[in-house]
Amino acid sequence: MSLPLSSQLLNLLAAVLLLLSFAMLAQRRLLSLVSLFAMQGFALCLATLLVALTSTQTHLFYSAALTLVLKVIVLPYFLYRMIHKLEVLWDVETLLNIPMIMLLGIVLVVIAFNLAVPISQLSSTITRSMLGIALASVLLSFLMMITRRKAIPQVIGFLAMENGLFFAAISATYGMPMIIELGIALDVLVGVLILGVFFFQIREQFDSLDLEHLEKLRDE
Amino acid sequence: MTWIGALSQLIQLAVAVLLAPLLLGWVNQCRAWLQNKRAPSLAQPYRMIRKLFLKEPVIAHNASPIFRLTPYIVFGAMALAAAIVPSLATDLPFATAADAIALVGIFALARIFIALAAMDIGTAFGSLGARREMLIGFLAEPALLMVFFTASLISQSTSLVTIVETLAHREFVIYPSLAFAGIAFTMVSLAENARVPVDNPATHLELTMIHEAMILEYSGRHLALIEWASSLKLFNYSCLGLALFFPWGIVEGAHDVVGLLWAIPVLVGKLALGGFLLALIETMSAKLRIFRAPEFLGTAFLLGVLGMLVHQLLGA
Repeated sequence: MSLPLSSQLLNLLAAVLLLLSFAMLAQRRLLSLVSLFAMQGFALCLATLLVALTSTQTHLFYSAALTLVLKVIVLPYFLYRMIHKLEVLWDVETLLNIPMIMLLGIVLVVIAFNLAVPISQLSSTITRSMLGIALASVLLSFLMMITRRKAIPQVIGFLAMENGLFFAAISATYGMPMIIELGIALDVLVGVLILGVFFFQIREQFDSLDLEHLEKLRDE
Repeated sequence: MTWIGALSQLIQLAVAVLLAPLLLGWVNQCRAWLQNKRAPSLAQPYRMIRKLFLKEPVIAHNASPIFRLTPYIVFGAMALAAAIVPSLATDLPFATAADAIALVGIFALARIFIALAAMDIGTAFGSLGARREMLIGFLAEPALLMVFFTASLISQSTSLVTIVETLAHREFVIYPSLAFAGIAFTMVSLAENARVPVDNPATHLELTMIHEAMILEYSGRHLALIEWASSLKLFNYSCLGLALFFPWGIVEGAHDVVGLLWAIPVLVGKLALGGFLLALIETMSAKLRIFRAPEFLGTAFLLGVLGMLVHQLLGA
């Protein structure tokens, strides 16, 4: 019953990814959230590299390098700079209390694992059992975007969701075609740049990054 | 039960009871070093216990027999747990007395009696400490059970002996689920042993203390037994963690006294490392507000459940 070492390491990395998703869900501090995001990107990069080595798919090496540059170095650095410029180093508020969110998260994980079982039986990759974890981290990032009120954590949730999708693609079909991956990477980069501009505009308008203000529509 | 088995059992029990204050002294010493203080001697807990045994106990007029009996019950429960936890060898005569779930029950017995004794005198501090202890306890126990369930799912048994034998003597496999369970277990044992993120063993500050508030009324040999029992509890939890997550070096079976004697230095080495890590955790983290403790233990429970789920999904 024992698996080869590479599969064991992949399982471990998948578990680390799930753990980091939960840590991001529960993290109140903005700076720690950014470093957790960078760690998640690093785990994703290692997983991609490992799949590339075991399955000898050369294009996965490129996507591992892309992940490393974009999600471990560029985006966290950009977010860090933005947090400093916006001077928002204080605690992040959450809508529900944290144990409640954690319980919701467990429910989501159970749903994701159950959903993934029939899908992963159709797949023939060595990584197919990790699909459930990928799906779970996508759902957890959704939950994070729903429960946060401030703008920057929502963007980090969006980026974490992209990480989960990328992981799902690796585990189900050894990654997407290179052109699509490049397109997504560019989209994410440009999206974060534009959202960064939005942050400054939102703050100028409402004096805070709380997105509740955007929900109030005025007639006049 | 052969006489060799009984001898091995006695050796394990004696090692646990005699070394437990040393472990506490070592943790305190490491903590003092890490905080740039001059460390107390390693033997300080022994001196403390000796001093307390020589003193005359003072008991309140309205104390009931529960108050007098509790130190003996608590110490007895911890010594029994020390006999059951496979710290040196696996197949000892007492090991069949309780599996992992019953072991949680033994810890709960000690907790309930110490909380009852704290409320018995009727001082404000006693009942405050007892309430807080029960708050911590009812959140820590399910998390501890989840950790045991994860290990049980891997080895298909709730018996600690089978768990240790499966994990130590099968070929080496990475279990991500055990990693989750390991973090959860560390968090639970910090809370259960009144260590820093949840309680501070070094202060008597009324706003924050939990364990110290419960034993304020004890003195003399009663206090000595309680202090000894709490160091034994720390020792038990450390051995339990080592047995579940680092079981290498524990002798299999109970008929190898020489191997058992060799297992002692291995255990001491592992405990020294574990004690240093405990001191490191305590130095690096700040004490939580008491109302953050449910969040801390909720996270431990979550990690335990995640360990089980990951085991179900990945089969590892």
